[in-house]
Amino acid sequence: MLRLLYFAWLRERIGHSEEEVVLSSSVRTVGELMRWLAARDTVHGAAFAKPGLIRAAVNQEFAGPETELRDGDEVAFFPPVTGG
Amino acid sequence: MAYVAVQEADFDPGAEIARLTGHAGGAGGIGCFIGVVRGEGGDRAITAMTLEHYPGMTERALRVIAEEAERRWNPCRVRVVHRVGRLTPGERIVLVLVAAPHRKPALAATSFLIDWLKTKAPFWKKEHFADGSTAWVEARAEDAEAAARWG
Repeated sequence: MLRLLYFAWLRERIGHSEEEVVLSSSVRTVGELMRWLAARDTVHGAAFAKPGLIRAAVNQEFAGPETELRDGDEVAFFPPVTGG
Repeated sequence: MAYVAVQEADFDPGAEIARLTGHAGGAGGIGCFIGVVRGEGGDRAITAMTLEHYPGMTERALRVIAEEAERRWNPCRVRVVHRVGRLTPGERIVLVLVAAPHRKPALAATSFLIDWLKTKAPFWKKEHFADGSTAWVEARAEDAEAAARWG
């Protein structure tokens, strides 16, 4: 099981701020998770249509597409940050 | 030890400086940056701005950035307060304070902190316009370049 969190326009497009998913054996990295989510349904497909616009964090640390996932991880997806 | 806070409430810069210098014996200078909500987004007047963040990760990221500044410009002491929620033009968004022995490290560390904070802390700004429409602020390439110059 993975806990997924969404922020900013990604949260708005998906329609909720978090969900839990059972990790498929074919999904081992953040990049693979993004492709798996995009293929899941039209809502996720539209939200993840441009992966280059999306950043990720695993267990509250910024993570790239090659970052490996483990059961129980908290994975967040969001646009590039704009604070300050 | 660096102090970082994420809060909806406004902050009082004078009171924050007093809290910082109360713990910074020997400081010869205080560097200060205050970010304020602008009145326009692109070429349109904005009525409000909403700041969203990632609770937990935000505080962690701010602490990492603040401790990095204290390590690079040792000895110095950092205080960062960042607001979230709905803010209107003219309201303060963020406060960065650095107490250091001299002006150069105080100002350099302040500049470093705001550059890194803009690109490495999970906040997102949404602008609200007079006609009721909204737009998420897009990250700017010059902010990434400003952060990159610090390595």
